[in-house]
Amino acid sequence: MNTQSITQKLANPTRFMSLSGAILPWLSVLAALVLTYGLYLSFFESPPDYQQGETVRIMFIHVPSAWLATMVYALIAISSFGLLVFRHPLADVSAKAAAPLGAAFTFLALVTGSMWGKPMWGTYWVWDARLTSVLILFFLYLGLIALRSSFEDETLAAKLTAILALVGVAILPVIKFSVEWWNTLHQPSTGLTSSVHLDIRIPLLVMALAFTLMFFAMHLKAMRNEIMRRRIKAMQRARVDRVGASSVASAESSS
Amino acid sequence: MSAFWTLLKRDLLLAMREGSAVGTALGFYLIVVALLPLGLGPDLNLLSRIAPGILWIALLLAALLSLGRLFEADDEDGSLEVMALGEMPLEIVAVAKALAHWLSTGIPLVLAAPVLAILLNLDINAYGVLVLSLLIGTPAISFLGLIGAALTLRAKKGGLLLALLVLPLYVPTLIFGISAINAALSGFGGFYASLMILGAISMGAVVLGPIASAAALRFQMQ
Repeated sequence: MNTQSITQKLANPTRFMSLSGAILPWLSVLAALVLTYGLYLSFFESPPDYQQGETVRIMFIHVPSAWLATMVYALIAISSFGLLVFRHPLADVSAKAAAPLGAAFTFLALVTGSMWGKPMWGTYWVWDARLTSVLILFFLYLGLIALRSSFEDETLAAKLTAILALVGVAILPVIKFSVEWWNTLHQPSTGLTSSVHLDIRIPLLVMALAFTLMFFAMHLKAMRNEIMRRRIKAMQRARVDRVGASSVASAESSS
Repeated sequence: MSAFWTLLKRDLLLAMREGSAVGTALGFYLIVVALLPLGLGPDLNLLSRIAPGILWIALLLAALLSLGRLFEADDEDGSLEVMALGEMPLEIVAVAKALAHWLSTGIPLVLAAPVLAILLNLDINAYGVLVLSLLIGTPAISFLGLIGAALTLRAKKGGLLLALLVLPLYVPTLIFGISAINAALSGFGGFYASLMILGAISMGAVVLGPIASAAALRFQMQ
């Protein structure tokens, strides 16, 4: 047993269900606590920026969303690789559950960014490189969701969506490079380097952690839902088969 | 290798004898380019400024129209399955398909572009770079579009889905195609660099497209 890695052990859905069921409540509570603390820090403890004023607080939502937008795509790509190469049974469940969440965070990053852009840049939308590449990332998410929903056969849909996700990984850097070359207005990401004052940096860090925890809690929940949905579907199919067989049998015996 | 040429020749012959696909794409290209001035106003200065963008985007859409049919006919009559079972790897089959699409649809559209550029009052000095940029960029359109065509082969509502999947992938091609023309228009030169990057994108697409689409086709024919 010890020779199995964690990912191999998790390949058993029942084991995954019991483990995730044990983790999920703790993770959710932790995410809620960190999020509450982060929101408190961002709204009451951190000072308004000397240039941006109170609008700097939009950053506390915007930056974590933008961070998740890319991280979730990376997660989908790794899951897709896991599905196509290792045929891990949970890889597709993970990729399927992550796609709408990633699209939602990307959308949130775009909306909060444009709300910040109106007072700062004087317009809701500019055709700047970062905004454009995030918008295209959003289109890729929509493509993943749309492609999956247009096949009846779920295993086929999973494999084709995985191909698209990996093609996206190959092309995203090229897209990012080309739009950056095309036009740049957005300030380069400072990340969490020392050019950001501690009073802003700490709430930002806490919020980034809170959003990441929140995503993993939602992702686990969505994965559990997906596994249950598949089980119910399998049970329904088995029952249809059973009822169909017995009705044929009764028809034969009565004739 | 002879199988490759046979397949390519067959697809080109089919495209030529049917004719309708190329004709439709060319007609679509003409109509989109003709409609835009009606929406934007007849100001020739404005039109000549945005002509590179119009010519490129309308060409993307026109090429997209014919992409949906790339594998469809062969899938319907079962010849695609025979090709998948044959000795030639499916990747090479995909290369032949995309190459046939480029030769039968891409090239006619590229040749139509300078004629349509007259309608948009494009500066005569940019004509050469316009044709060159389209010529270098259109293989990327065919080979990236191949991925979309393969992924949506047996999808419900395939056509619209194809556009949603493929158009975001065309962003780099579009940007560098137009930047080459704009560099030529500015008169300072420098379009060479954009054309080189465009060539790199096309070569990348020639590698990525067949691998991804062959995988997608295999999964759908299992």
